[in-house]
Amino acid sequence: MNKTAPMEFEKPLYTIETKIDELKKLSTETGIDLNDQIETLVKQAEEYKQQLYINLKPSQKVQIARHSKRPTFKTYVSLITDEWMELHGDRHGTDDRAIIGGLAVIKGRPVMLIGTQKGNSTRENLESNFGMPHPEGYRKALRLFYHANKFKLPIVTIIDTPGAYPGIMAEQTGQGEAIAFNLREMSNLTVPSISIVTGEGCSGGALGLAVSNRVYLLEHAYYTVISPEGCASILFRDAEKASEAADALRLTADDLLRLGVIEGMIKEPLGGAHNDPELTARNILNTIVSSLDELEKLSPEEIKEQKYNRFRRQGQIA
Amino acid sequence: MTLSDWFAKRKKQQLSINVGEIPLTDSEIKKLWKKCNYCEKNIQTKELEQNQDVCPFCDYHFRVGVKERVKYLLDENSFEEINKDILPLDPLEFTDSMPYKQRQEEALEKSSLNEAIITGFGKINDSCAGVSFMDFSYMGGSMGSVVGEKQTRLIEECIKRKLPLITISSSGGARMQEGILSLMQMAKTSCALGRMHEAKLLYISVLAEPTFGGVTASYGMLGDVIIAEKDARIGFAGRRVIEQTIRQKLPADFQTAQYLLKYGQVDMISHRHELKNTLSKLINIHAHRN
Repeated sequence: MNKTAPMEFEKPLYTIETKIDELKKLSTETGIDLNDQIETLVKQAEEYKQQLYINLKPSQKVQIARHSKRPTFKTYVSLITDEWMELHGDRHGTDDRAIIGGLAVIKGRPVMLIGTQKGNSTRENLESNFGMPHPEGYRKALRLFYHANKFKLPIVTIIDTPGAYPGIMAEQTGQGEAIAFNLREMSNLTVPSISIVTGEGCSGGALGLAVSNRVYLLEHAYYTVISPEGCASILFRDAEKASEAADALRLTADDLLRLGVIEGMIKEPLGGAHNDPELTARNILNTIVSSLDELEKLSPEEIKEQKYNRFRRQGQIA
Repeated sequence: MTLSDWFAKRKKQQLSINVGEIPLTDSEIKKLWKKCNYCEKNIQTKELEQNQDVCPFCDYHFRVGVKERVKYLLDENSFEEINKDILPLDPLEFTDSMPYKQRQEEALEKSSLNEAIITGFGKINDSCAGVSFMDFSYMGGSMGSVVGEKQTRLIEECIKRKLPLITISSSGGARMQEGILSLMQMAKTSCALGRMHEAKLLYISVLAEPTFGGVTASYGMLGDVIIAEKDARIGFAGRRVIEQTIRQKLPADFQTAQYLLKYGQVDMISHRHELKNTLSKLINIHAHRN
């Protein structure tokens, strides 16, 4: 069971679960048989839980996607790869720790695996800049994309970022250019590529690693043009209205499927990925393997063509 | 003075007084005069137009609408607009303080444009090129599905016709009201430019006041040559977002054309009066190999 602090909307469930624990404790301490009461509560909790996580509001999904214990890229690397060798640096003076990449073997298949890294602690978060890459991170990723293309390695990117870092240095070294260049260059790669948004997929910072043949979202991940908070403060003129903005932006996996922006949704364990990282990783692994199996049937030219057409049809016009 | 003379004089006075005192309405004044954002001097609109929307006193470059751009940059009557009837939808059924549909109507009224971009082909000192002009007065020049689609079709048409492409950007970034579909326009346009790049055709990106966000992070920064127009502010993240994130004051020249030039993000800065000649020179030099 999830022993981390509950999110606001989970509190009623948490209250029932705490009660169950108390009763169990009481029963062991006093020897009184409370099994009936406990069983009723457990059943109640189970039903409540099912309902709760099926009917999540977009803003609640956003909370799960940002959960402090949500598995990070490194966790998934350790759970889905048979072998992993990190490749560091952009060769121009920087090794951005918000984007990590390297050679990996997944179910016997060598791939180039690249992802944005967040932390599960303050120290880790500081090291990885809370998952917000600088231009140098995107350029490191690009170097690894080229490497993959040269050696015909399929590319897998795992995305969980609140966005590309908005800072002085990032502007000076060309955050916009770095992302733009990745979009263009990824489109011309001839190896199969898939992207999976596992948490936050915010804006150009996410897209800069996601011009792939296929894009998937974890069940409670979200993918958006701007964070709900940013949207609320600009359009609703009130940062407090982030929850309304989250509704309006259509950022959940279901919405994105309906809008034709992603190929599929990857199931999470009840309550979110942090409740069972191993199960989540297995689901991710299955998606990677089956997608690459299919994409590898395409010729290099077809890979490019498919990617072009995939993005070409995005949008709705009259 | 006879009594009738006196009446006649008074009538005349009244007339002249009345004529002189009819105040112009605010909108009429605004039509005739414009105040410079920089030196705050009043400039006659006519004079400003003749000077390509550049302040004759301090050289400040005003924002330019697409119709003026066509006039300033292209040879007379050479512009052939394409895809002008593509209109925006409301795929998200988006409502903030007002419904997106209503915003579109207001933007149409305010800008007399049906979207934030016009695209087509034209001649620059007799050289043919694909051109796109963005207009900030339509929803802040934001890029939604229509801007992305028109831009992409233009790029594809340039590849077909083997012509160079010139884009003039003026945009706050992606259009939030179309959510993720706006983000996808960044990918779509960049993919098309990927094809153009492989076709080895020249693409010149001109960044005008202001160019930010999703436009900077897609076709804005993908030019083979990138020109910042004088007085343009250009960046990825907005000034306010950066200030809130780093909690320190930003340098005064932050994200100005000069600043971008200093940090190697653009090839050159162009004065508006020089832009046409600069573009034509660039086209000619790159056409040399053919």
